[in-house]
Formats: sequence, C-alpha cells, structure tokens
Amino acid sequence: MTTPITTGTFTPQPGSAPLHRQVLAQASMEARLMLRNGEQLLLAVVIPVIVLIAGVKGGQHLDLHEDYPLVDIFTPGVLALAIMSTSFTSLAIATGFERRYGVIKRLGASPLPRLGLLAGKVLALVLVELVQLFVIGGVGQLLGWSPEPGAVGFLLAVVLGTAAFASLGLFVAGVLRAEATLAAANLIYLLLLAGGAVVLPASAYGGFGSFAQWLPSGALGEAVRTAFLHGDVAWRDLGVLLGWAVVGSALTARTFTWE
Amino acid sequence: MRYGEKTAVDGLSLSVDRGSITAVLGPNGAGKTTTLETCEGYRKPHSGRVRVLGLDPIADRRELLPRIGVMLQGQGAWSGVRAMEMLRHVSRLHAHPLDVGMLSERLGLEECGRTPYRRLSGGQQQRLGLAMALVGRPEIVFVDEPTAGMDPAARRTTWELLRELRADGVTVVLTTHYLEEAEQLADRVHIIDHGRMIASGTPLELTRGGASATIRLVVTRPFPAGAPDSLRSALGDSTEVTQLDERSLLVAGPADSTTLARVSRWCEEQGVLPESLTLGRRSLEDVFLELTGRELQP
Repeated sequence: MTTPITTGTFTPQPGSAPLHRQVLAQASMEARLMLRNGEQLLLAVVIPVIVLIAGVKGGQHLDLHEDYPLVDIFTPGVLALAIMSTSFTSLAIATGFERRYGVIKRLGASPLPRLGLLAGKVLALVLVELVQLFVIGGVGQLLGWSPEPGAVGFLLAVVLGTAAFASLGLFVAGVLRAEATLAAANLIYLLLLAGGAVVLPASAYGGFGSFAQWLPSGALGEAVRTAFLHGDVAWRDLGVLLGWAVVGSALTARTFTWE
Repeated sequence: MRYGEKTAVDGLSLSVDRGSITAVLGPNGAGKTTTLETCEGYRKPHSGRVRVLGLDPIADRRELLPRIGVMLQGQGAWSGVRAMEMLRHVSRLHAHPLDVGMLSERLGLEECGRTPYRRLSGGQQQRLGLAMALVGRPEIVFVDEPTAGMDPAARRTTWELLRELRADGVTVVLTTHYLEEAEQLADRVHIIDHGRMIASGTPLELTRGGASATIRLVVTRPFPAGAPDSLRSALGDSTEVTQLDERSLLVAGPADSTTLARVSRWCEEQGVLPESLTLGRRSLEDVFLELTGRELQP
C-alpha cells in the first residue's frame, strides 16, 4: 500500500485491534451492561442474598438434620445458585435480546470474530460471578460463615458449572424468540431454585433427591458445597456437570445461529 | 440472490470506483439492502461473483471486515447501552480508530452521549449508526439509507460528511430512496427495481437522455384553437408540444436559446402574451417515472 500524500480526518487506516484487547473490550462491555440492568442485578445478587438470609434465619425453624451450621450449608448453595443465574438465565436473556436488537449482526460486521465474541461472553460471566462471590461471600461471613475452602474443587465447579449452564442458556436463546427466552429462562431458573437441589442438598428432597442430584443444578450445588464444607473435590458431580456441558454444547452447536 | 422462491436480486452487475460515492437507488423492496448485505458478507449469493477490495466477502471475511465500515438500517446496539459507550466500544475493536469525541461532535451526538440507545430519537440512532461505521477508519463504507428519519439539517450535515469522506479517499456506497440525495451526492447512480438494474450512470448522464428538457409556457388569455400544432410547426420536428390546459403548453425538446426565441416569436405572431416561461431540466424523478411507470416516493 502506498502512503497517501494528503491525510484528512477520514483518510483510511483500517485494522483490527489485537484479539485479546477486543475480547477484553467485549467482556467489560457485557459485564457492565449485565450489572447495570435492574432485572439482571436482581437475578445476580438480590435474589441470592435474600435466599441466603432467609435460609439462614428461617431455616432454624426447619428440621434439616444437618451436622453443620445452616450458614455453612446455605452459603455454598447460594453461590451455586448465583453461578446458575448468571451463566444460564442472564446469558440466555441477554443473548436473546442481542439477536433481536441486531447487536450480534452489527458486531458481525466488526473486526471481532465469532470466537472472540464467545470468549468475551464467557469472560463477562466470570467477571459477574466474581462480583457475586464477593457480595454473597461477604454476606455469608456477616452471618457467621467460616468456610474451609478447597480451591481446586471450587474452581472446577465454577468452570464446569458455568460451561454446562452457559451452553444450555445459549441453546435456549438459539431456539426461542427473545420474549420466549425471557420467559423460559426465568421459569427454568425458578423451578431449579425450588426443586433442583442447588441451595439445599439433594438429601433434603427425600426420594426426589436421587433424581435431582443428576440435574446440573444438583450437581453444581453439591460440588460447591463439597468444596467449602470438606475442602474436597466432588468428582462424581463434576462429571455430571461435564456431561451436561457436552450435551448443551452439542445442542447449541446444532441449533445456534448468531443472527 | 434469492429468498426461497422469490428472487430478490437478479443478475445485478455493478462496480464501484475507489474514492467515489455510489448511490443505489430504488423503491422499498427493490433489493437495495440485499445487494449491500451481499457485499458485506452477510448473504451468500446463489450465483455470481462478489468482490470487495478484491476479496470474497464470505471466504475472506476476516480479512475484509476490518477494512469496511457498515451502517445497518436501524438497530444494532444494546437497548441499555449509552450512545458514546457504544461508539467507544466499537472503536476499541479497531487498531487505529478515529477520536470518538471528534466524531460524535461532527455528527452532533454530544448532547445525547449519555442517553441509553432505546431513548435516542430515530435520527440520533441513525447518526450513531453512521459513527459506528466510520470509527474504524475503513476504506469503504456501506451505508444503508443513511439519512432516513433525519431532519433536513441533520441530512445536510450528513451529506457534507459523506462528501468529506470521499475527499479523504474513502469509497462510499449508499442506498437511498431519496432522489435528491442521489442527485446531490453521488458520482454514479444505479437505479434498481424488483432486484434488477434498470439504469446506471452519473446523475447528469441519467437526466440528460430522453426528452432532454421541458419548457412550460403559460399565457394570459386562452390559446386559440390548434395552438399546439401551430407551435410544433414553428419549432421543428424534434419537439413535442402538449396542451396542459387552456392557458398552458408544455414543450419537450432541446431547451436552447433558439427554441426559446422561436417560442416568443410564435407568441407575438399569435397575439398572446406570455405570463411565464419556465425551463425545466429532467430530474431523476422523471427518469425513474419513465423507467418504472411509478413514483418513487409516495
């Protein structure tokens, strides 16, 4: 290319930013939008904190036959719930509306490749999950939580839980219209919150517990609880999450179109 | 280019010179957007060949995208994102972006910089869309209906900006259904209808052909009977005379001084007093009407 002799304001000088910078820009943009949106914030922080406080304060009146203080059971469960809400519900709704509003189409004409967009989304989920960890963990500590964290078990649970729920969330956003995604993602979240063995261990569900432990919610809850209660790695539950991630990714790969 | 059974763009062949402004003109549903989206790599042509900057928009997409700027027809931003935040985000995806402050000032976006996208007016959304297309300093910009929904002042500002782009060596391809926009801006105009190119050329070439110009003669009192024939024989064979009403005639033909002199001499001979004598150049609108038998705008 020859150097233009005269340069004006708009003289072409095209080029892509380095991919890692594009991914960071995309991630920070998406994380900011998620944390700024009222409904998303409700889902990401407010509901989990309410569940945590209500569980710890109200759970004393229930007879859960647990050997641990309630806060030690509830806090990891609520952390698992928060991971689920962000990587499943929030991601599905946000992606559904991005498709609707032509955001993905617009970004499709920018230098950001599809893989970069996906990486940006995953990184944004991790950023929001970090915020959730600090808020929920902080509230838990105020309530007397004294965890003995197993870093490996927790990290694996976050990674595999996020992968499983995010792939399922993208699947929902890919097959349904934006409004239907909004309804379905919220409904599934509520059903799993109530009956998915995420906040409370599967053992608290009686006979249904043996089914719930195979749900991604049950497996994620158990994996996080194992990490914080025993400092251990829940290999079986991590395996279940991996299985869901494989199923979710396969479904998404077959059905998802960005536009 | 086909959608199902319906052929949206058919056998369209056009090329664009670098550093020029090309307008693709046509009514709604003519295939303008489809043509643009095929160049932008959004759509794969069923047959035929598309090259932009020598690259295949599908196969060489990754190489091509940083070099082009795209302005979509509406939307293309998160509903809760602030105008400047969106522009800054797109700028960060490029290696040598324009200064977003300068760009937003040029497009009059400063006053709505912190407004969420969903609360922007249609014209503001359009201007933001144009800013997003330009911020990466592209070699070609594809702008789809750039001034739709803009008020006249914003439209003129946008035209000035597009002319400045051309002066700085940027190639501009725009679609429009405003004839005036094509006439004012474009170096070349391609008129398409039902997915086919029906005319192509510079605005001057397009308006010069056919019945080159018109003279409209209005007199103070009604014409005597047989006036059109009498005027035609006075002017010669190359003209066409139509009586519009009892006091006005339309002369189509070479609108030169000879014709004008003959018209006024004829008035003198007939003893009629001209009230007005108006010279009209053929507009793109007339061209479009002739070619399609339809008005472009309602």
